[in-house]
Amino acid sequence: MDFDLSEEQRLLKESLDRLIGDRYTFEQRKIHGQNPEGWSRELWSQYAELGLLGLPFPEPYGGLGGGPVETMIAMEAFGKALTLEPYLATVVLAGGFLRHCGSAEQCADLVPKIAAGSLTCAFAHTERYSRYDLGDIETRALRDGSAWVLDGEKGIVLHGDTADKLIVTARIRGGPRDRDGVGLFIVDGKAEGISRRGYPTQDGLRAAEISLTHVRVGPEGVLGEPGSALPFVERVVDEAIAALCAEAVGAMAVMHELTVDYLKTRRQFGREIGSFQILQHRAVDMLIALEQARSMAMFGSMMAAEENAAERRAALSSAKVQIGRSGKFIGQQSIQLHGGIGMTMEYKVGHYFKRVTMIDTMFGDADHHLRTLARRGAMPTTT
Amino acid sequence: MDLRFTSAELAFRDEVRAFFRTNLPESIRTKLIEGRKLAKEDIVTWQRTLNKKGWAVANWPVEWGGTGWSPVQQYMFQEELQLTPAPQPLGFGVTMVGPVIIAFGSEAQKKHHLPAIANLDVWWCQGFSEPGAGSDLASLRTSAKRDGDHYIVNGQKTWTTLAQHADWIFCLVRTDPQAKKQEGISFLLIDMKTPGITVRPIITIEGGHEVNEVFFDDVKVPAENLVGQENKGWDYAKYLLGRERTGIARVGLSKERIRRIKELAAMERAGDKPLIEDERFCEKLAAVEVELKALEMTQLRVVAAERQRIDNKPDPASSILKIKGSEIQQATTELLLEVVGPYAMPYQPERADDERWNEPPIGPEWAGPIAPTYFNWRKTTIYGGTNEIQKNIIAKAILGL
Repeated sequence: MDFDLSEEQRLLKESLDRLIGDRYTFEQRKIHGQNPEGWSRELWSQYAELGLLGLPFPEPYGGLGGGPVETMIAMEAFGKALTLEPYLATVVLAGGFLRHCGSAEQCADLVPKIAAGSLTCAFAHTERYSRYDLGDIETRALRDGSAWVLDGEKGIVLHGDTADKLIVTARIRGGPRDRDGVGLFIVDGKAEGISRRGYPTQDGLRAAEISLTHVRVGPEGVLGEPGSALPFVERVVDEAIAALCAEAVGAMAVMHELTVDYLKTRRQFGREIGSFQILQHRAVDMLIALEQARSMAMFGSMMAAEENAAERRAALSSAKVQIGRSGKFIGQQSIQLHGGIGMTMEYKVGHYFKRVTMIDTMFGDADHHLRTLARRGAMPTTT
Repeated sequence: MDLRFTSAELAFRDEVRAFFRTNLPESIRTKLIEGRKLAKEDIVTWQRTLNKKGWAVANWPVEWGGTGWSPVQQYMFQEELQLTPAPQPLGFGVTMVGPVIIAFGSEAQKKHHLPAIANLDVWWCQGFSEPGAGSDLASLRTSAKRDGDHYIVNGQKTWTTLAQHADWIFCLVRTDPQAKKQEGISFLLIDMKTPGITVRPIITIEGGHEVNEVFFDDVKVPAENLVGQENKGWDYAKYLLGRERTGIARVGLSKERIRRIKELAAMERAGDKPLIEDERFCEKLAAVEVELKALEMTQLRVVAAERQRIDNKPDPASSILKIKGSEIQQATTELLLEVVGPYAMPYQPERADDERWNEPPIGPEWAGPIAPTYFNWRKTTIYGGTNEIQKNIIAKAILGL
């Protein structure tokens, strides 16, 4: 039992922290966000150079053969700087589907491009009424000869506005919430019948509403066995949840640090406000919330590769609960302890608060996951 | 002890309710229900409607336009305003500078300013906080130096709400730098068109423009704009800040938000049933409703006590109302965030004061303001004296700690 990083993992962390420290200050982030796509192609190629875009892929495809811990390291660094690039959408989500369901041809075609930074992707899954139920899918895929024809509406597709390829879930049979009957399809972002409406998100990222009208997908675009995709969706989403937890921890750590610094520098009533015991205790409460979140992010990352699906799902649900609660507490209290300036767009802390709030709305908020755990009767006991 | 209002009080409430429903333009009401921004004209139009009815400055002395209502009627009027929902009369004029001028101002100041406040012919803003004087307001540094028949004002105010619309500003300024902090402060009325005043917007985290910085650079203010006595401004400020402001708990507002939460949760499907049928969601909603009912009862106790109150001293219980009221307001924004679920994410800013975002909504049509309101209302536990400061006040004034 250990929580140490390996030598290689430490090197990865150091080089990424250095890159982010040099190129992603709060001021530089504003500039990156002004690019037409809303993020920096230049940073994206820097990530490629560091091997980040190939991080979780097998080496034969140009990857680094990394696992969830490597992803955790990368995502925490991104969270600290609130980076804008489509890493989660491309490498974690789409990459996860390729790793778990992709054929050799599909991987050989797409993975090297992802790793090289020449292909970005998005996961088009959420629908208007699906909320957080991964199996609630109304988009349909009808067989037409050897091809499939997709029709439906996808929403909140993170980085779907500029993605080169979309991974789309669609139902080939059954009712909207049946476990059986879900298919996964790789669709070109500019395919005929695809219509995308891009927009900014509350926390400075980009997303899209995507309409599919008779979109044809040939057999080369089918991921895995059509109809049996839901367990794979759950698996990849669990990996994404682990990644989001790590990103959130990065953001929470910054909020906490900013707050403690502010308590030490802001003076009112002739003394630094950090000398008031109530604020000291609040900062400690925030630290406890941060450490609990960090622990659960680590737990989530370590359980993301767990083969027993039920245990994996429960572990990631519990991690998401913790991150949601800690994120809310640390976010809200960071604003409160900064007083007025915490409420301004000009100052950093509000942006971090918005990010962790949005993370809670992705792949199930804390309440959704609590319900899920409660329905199971409890968490599985660890050995 | 009796929870029932008298039939006269109930009739009054019905009269007020009917007036609001009939006279408030539906477009304004809809904006408030949906959590969208009011334009300056919305607030002005409504206040003038109230003023024509004689209700714009309801708790002023009758000689200056007040209604002479009992504390219960004042309370009901506020509640009904919030429940409609309707805009409040502009607080900076009606509940802040107006009462200070009435209590401490000269006859000339009363005649000159009060009718314009009531009719919102003049838009006032509040120049209190400074970058170095937030919770510790008494440490303010904006100075006013007497020079013949003028004061020369230099300094900077911040968090000045709606200064971008303002015609006049009431300021706490330091007139005696040698005196002890609280004893060197004066209350000065300043025309925003005076040369040397610059307003700089502060954008808040949800992207809105409500607050500003106001800079004073050798601003010449006529000496007759001093309210009351020089160096007595802190007393006037305490009077202003401590006055029982019926409605500070925003019970009506939170009731209306709860109504809205239920309305939307009935429309949002979570699985095969609407969210309003989800047991866990309902438990959380019920918990907030219980807190709100308790706050409502506390507020009524304060109102009832006011009937017996012979002095004009502020009720320290108003700090309890502010603390609990703000927390419940925030709880309603969290519930709304839960209702909207994933569709909290799209950023759909409203363009300009009076224009609706004229592209079709993303997701449910009511989703746009949900996350921004959640972010913006983090201010409720900060403004008007942070909840931490309010607790200090209670500890000292009520508990003697």
